Amino acid sequence: MATTEPERREWRRPTAFYNHYVKWAVYLAIVGFLLWSAWSMRISFDRMVEGWDAAAGLVTSMVPPEVTPFKRDLLVEGMVESMAMAVVATIVGVFISIPVAFMAAENIAPRPVYWLGRGLITVSRAFHELIVAIVAVKAVGIGALAGVIALSYKTVGFWSKLLAEEIEDIDTGQKEAIEATGANRTQTLLFGVVPQVLPRAIGLTIYRWDINIRHSTIVGIVGAGGIGSTLLNAFDKYDYDFFLTIVLAIVAVVVLGELVSTYIRSRIQ
Amino acid sequence: MTEEYASWERRTPRQRLGRYVLVLITLVVAAASWRVLDVNYNYIESAPTEFMDLVTRMYPPDTSYTGDIIGPLIETVHIAVLGTALAVVLSIPVALLGASNTTPNKLGFALGKFIISFTRSVNVIIWALLFVIIFGSGVLAGVLAIAVRSIGFCSKLIAEAIEEIDPGQVEAMKATGANPIEVAIYGIAPQIKPAFIGVSTYRWDINVRSSTIIGFVGAGGVGVELNTAINFFQWQRVLTILLAILAIVIISEVVSASLRRKVR
Amino acid sequence: MLSVTDLRKTYSSGEEALTGVSLDVTGSETVAMIGPSGAGKSTFIRCVNRLTEPSEGSVVLDGVEITDLSGESLREARRDIGMIFQEYNLVERLTVMENVLSGRLGYTSTWNAFRRNFADEDIERAYEVLDRVGLGGHENNRADELSGGQRQRVGIARAILQRPKILLVDEPTSSLDPETSRAVMDLLTEIAAEDDIPLLINIHEVDLAEKYANRIAGLREGSLVFEGTPAELDETAKGQIYRGEEIPAGAGPAGKVESDEPPETPSQASEIRRG
Repeated sequence: MATTEPERREWRRPTAFYNHYVKWAVYLAIVGFLLWSAWSMRISFDRMVEGWDAAAGLVTSMVPPEVTPFKRDLLVEGMVESMAMAVVATIVGVFISIPVAFMAAENIAPRPVYWLGRGLITVSRAFHELIVAIVAVKAVGIGALAGVIALSYKTVGFWSKLLAEEIEDIDTGQKEAIEATGANRTQTLLFGVVPQVLPRAIGLTIYRWDINIRHSTIVGIVGAGGIGSTLLNAFDKYDYDFFLTIVLAIVAVVVLGELVSTYIRSRIQ
Repeated sequence: MTEEYASWERRTPRQRLGRYVLVLITLVVAAASWRVLDVNYNYIESAPTEFMDLVTRMYPPDTSYTGDIIGPLIETVHIAVLGTALAVVLSIPVALLGASNTTPNKLGFALGKFIISFTRSVNVIIWALLFVIIFGSGVLAGVLAIAVRSIGFCSKLIAEAIEEIDPGQVEAMKATGANPIEVAIYGIAPQIKPAFIGVSTYRWDINVRSSTIIGFVGAGGVGVELNTAINFFQWQRVLTILLAILAIVIISEVVSASLRRKVR
Repeated sequence: MLSVTDLRKTYSSGEEALTGVSLDVTGSETVAMIGPSGAGKSTFIRCVNRLTEPSEGSVVLDGVEITDLSGESLREARRDIGMIFQEYNLVERLTVMENVLSGRLGYTSTWNAFRRNFADEDIERAYEVLDRVGLGGHENNRADELSGGQRQRVGIARAILQRPKILLVDEPTSSLDPETSRAVMDLLTEIAAEDDIPLLINIHEVDLAEKYANRIAGLREGSLVFEGTPAELDETAKGQIYRGEEIPAGAGPAGKVESDEPPETPSQASEIRRG
């Protein structure tokens, strides 16, 4: 740096930006943006203080969580519907995903098919499950069917994308060996590709089932069936102690689902 | 060699039985689930026509409406930015508690792990409902919902990064006589910086998506507009909003990916 | 001067790493500690600045009992003890300059350390030291861009920027090739001589110990079995250190020395055999 200077040499930490002025400008811009964000929200401290008072009141009204027999039945009914939605949506979604995954694998699909597969995945991944669910509700009416459609739709993007990546990573030697025996395209897929990706496919299915359980508990908020509708009802009726009961039940189910899914996946691998 | 052909089967009878049982269980669960849903088959039959109908009603998008949604879109991004910033700040102490090599004691470790798994297990929309109850509808509830939901995710990944650091570098700083905070600044912070920046930008990307929907329960952002448009059956507006969301999601994905590439 | 008396260390696993070792390091001498791996060399050196907590015994540096210290006073004592590590232990993602300046952390406020705002004279000295270890011009390289030998030089620069009263050196060469090892050892002894600092070096290459040390200490299974000049380190002593042989009175040369730890390169091995 300043090795030619005779006297005291200085040192400043080199910056990842062009120079120190740019660095400070970037920092200033970030802080400015955050301030703008905060200001544009009109968040006032009064509101927050007021909120905390309200929160204290609400928390006392939420505790203890309410469990009357009638509400317990409501809870169980909603939860069972959610679980059923998760199972059906996983199976339907994976069935649709299988061809899409092979289409979207660069090493086995012809160019145009590959782009089609990629396109399908992108469209599926772009929107949040609740947006898909709200559109599905308008199309097929309120109820579990809309939820199943939304969850299946989201499953396709997730499952196909990850399986396509797995297919792209296969050992081509094995595939070539099968091809060299004179096997046709389908046989090559069955013997050269499928055995290599099967464990991953099963693992992904279990994993997606786990995610679908999480999502099936909330799509009801827009009317797509499951415990979410029960939750929104409790919310609309200011029935906060039942609301809390449902939230805790959801947490329990989600944690349980995650444990089961992790256990099964560790057994497969 | 014998004259008979040796028979070959891929699996032993026992393995095959196990597989059949598993497949059977899956089928039974699937069938039972289908029964539970009690789906009206007429709905399924009419679904394709309904969808096509929806599509024709949506097209073309209402371009005159574009100006009106710019404000909500910016608000959506703001919610995501503020929520992520808050989450990242809060997740530093939680990550330090939840990493086995920096946690002060067993109680702290348990607390850290509890915060991580609890905040992660409750969906952002449920957090949004909860904060709407407390603070009333508006962006504040949205920001807090995004922040709280993200704490578990960020803390978990940062804690994993902390657990993987090279203890030698920390020791070297201790050996110079540095105080504990200086040891953290020089010995730990540089090692987890890439993970830290990666996790925050990745989470910000996810949060942009999340903040498009928390409006359904009144927690601000473009979701409010979407909900209104759907409730009033203004399908051309709905398509405009959907396209805008698509654009913003793609932009945030590109930005977050390029930021993560930059930081090594 | 450093004076260690009856140092013992038992790990929580029950393993006895040190069973009462006493050693003095005075003036500006270079003391090399040799011995098979697992003999407790590293534990000994790490007990001196208490990166490892000794179980019993005393460590006195210039009249200060280090085993009694804690918190602030321990950090002040550590400022006077430079340490150079086997795996260099540089903060890989920071620049060379930051790594060197981190030797002054004990003298810098936390806020200034956070802003990388070190005293002007520290920065000036850091440049001088970098020139001295042959890394002038590399100050803004990131540590992970350097080669092994260069990294160890940064490690040395960091330690001497502390202006230590003693340098502890833990296996400085075991991650380096023979050529670089020699260069690093040359540098270390040169700096120690110029700055009048004693060196305590753990080393498993016996030939390097013989070449560079004024005094050699041999450790076996946690106790000191040899102490003397390089000239006194004969085959009998080596046999004792590396193979646990008793010293039979009037025994002849033990012949070939095979260390428990196979030497890293054939050239070193042949030198040991010749030695």
